[in-house]
Amino acid sequence: MSMVDVDKLQFGLETFGDIVSAEDGELLTAGQSIRQIVKEGQLADKLGVDVFGVGEHHRPDYSVSSPEIVLGSIASVTEHIKLATAVTVLSSDDPVRVYERFATLEGLSEGRAQVMLGRGSFTESFPLFGYDLTDYDDLFNEKLEMYSQLIKEKPITWHGKFTQSLKDQDVYPKTDYNGIETYIGIGGSPESIIRTARYGYKVILAIIGGQADRFVPYLNLYKKAAEKYNMPVQPVAVHSHGFIADDEDEAVEVAWKNIKANFDRIGLTRGWAPMSREQFDGETKVGSFYVGNPEHVAQRMARTINLMNLGRFDLVYGAGNQTAAQRERMIELYGTKVIPRVKEILSEEG
Amino acid sequence: MTKIKNVGILGAGKVGIVLAQLALKAGYHVRISGSGSVEKIAMTIETLVPGATPATNQGVVAKSDLIILAIPLSRYKNIKSKLLKGKLVIDAMNYWWETDGIREEVLDPSSTSSEQVQKYFNKSTVVKTFNHMGYHNLQEEAKPAGAENRKALFVTGDSKEAVDEVAEFVDTMGFDTVVHYDIADGIMTEPGSELFGASLTKADLQNVIDHFDETDFGKKIKAEEQG
Repeated sequence: MSMVDVDKLQFGLETFGDIVSAEDGELLTAGQSIRQIVKEGQLADKLGVDVFGVGEHHRPDYSVSSPEIVLGSIASVTEHIKLATAVTVLSSDDPVRVYERFATLEGLSEGRAQVMLGRGSFTESFPLFGYDLTDYDDLFNEKLEMYSQLIKEKPITWHGKFTQSLKDQDVYPKTDYNGIETYIGIGGSPESIIRTARYGYKVILAIIGGQADRFVPYLNLYKKAAEKYNMPVQPVAVHSHGFIADDEDEAVEVAWKNIKANFDRIGLTRGWAPMSREQFDGETKVGSFYVGNPEHVAQRMARTINLMNLGRFDLVYGAGNQTAAQRERMIELYGTKVIPRVKEILSEEG
Repeated sequence: MTKIKNVGILGAGKVGIVLAQLALKAGYHVRISGSGSVEKIAMTIETLVPGATPATNQGVVAKSDLIILAIPLSRYKNIKSKLLKGKLVIDAMNYWWETDGIREEVLDPSSTSSEQVQKYFNKSTVVKTFNHMGYHNLQEEAKPAGAENRKALFVTGDSKEAVDEVAEFVDTMGFDTVVHYDIADGIMTEPGSELFGASLTKADLQNVIDHFDETDFGKKIKAEEQG
């Protein structure tokens, strides 16, 4: 029986800002790709999607390095959708600036700003902003602590090692709403789970390879840690890649071409072998790629949501170089067919 | 040859935890240590690997017949060489620039990572394996001997006896093996090679290993050697 509260369940879409392809296969510019994202955010809002997330990357294959600016633009043409980063690489950012940007977005969007903080799975931002990767853990720990002080929106006194020291200084603008909603993006490190529970932030698990089932024990760890630190157990979110098209075979072929291209390009710099068809098929059948026609994707999402008793599921779209038409159709199908069908499946099970 | 009963894992991150889960399932006594105190990893181990014992590095090593190094490569020298004296050691580590930083600061460019690990732990017998398959593939692909489409791991080290013993251990953990008796051949599965991140059957793995010199990575390594 499903324990999921279908009425409270949230559905998100996230993009990393991959460069969009024209119908003839030529790549659009970064500027054109950014404007396409704004259009897509507007579409997602119109269709009733709950959250729209934009990633931060500092690479030629992605158009967005400053997600809050893109989100600010989306804020002005949308009404209900929450506006999130996916993720903000806190380790190489300035917590004061992070606060300021999100407080600004909070004002612009009338309380719809949401920050997902992460250590980042890409590392270009470290040398770019003058940080040393060997301080990866220490940077995140210190900046998360500083951020936690800042979002209290009171003057702070702070002694920093990697960050600036402050003496009774205040940060602006103040927010009008309930403060900035904060998630921590987690890739599977037990330490990150415990740290998030200790702060009382919400968890969003990035399940980008393999079966969701292996994360179930991590949810127990999150609950135990929250209890230990006397913090609330918040609904957990998951983020995974996907592609939806009207036709199953078309969806699989478009996703295979694009996700493979994306994965292999990243693999070149990291040293992992190209994606095999066996690996891809495993991911789409039982793993973490939600690919197919709306019914197939809905069934697989419902299974994961039920298995993990999730409060939110975000589908990452646009991997590789998809056309604007493919991206927009996917968003339409997600909003009009997949979300209602997932709710229906989960209600039947309940 | 001592029969392995007690497996010790240094490193309680993603790889260490998956290997602990597999070892426990295979019926071994498992002890595991993290970078901090025992208390710091106790809740993680109790929840993710119930049945394994969290311990200090010393506690893990003292009671184990086999030690698995599953820490970031840049930190292996944090473990004192003499701590592992006389032990059979599996090197499951790789150079990974995202966690290890600049390669030249971690490794001498003139040899492979496992040669350097063996050289540092000079009173131990080092065998390289478990390094080339992704941690979630290790978890999901482990299967009993003889199972259909069972995947294989490359096992290599300078001591034939140790390699064969580790190969037997790998088999109990759920994988076929392809063995070599030269620690320097660990290069064949390092990041950048055709095998890094790949999950292959024994026949396919054997095929890539046998034709390593013809792969793009193999050609590159050869060219560098001839410098």
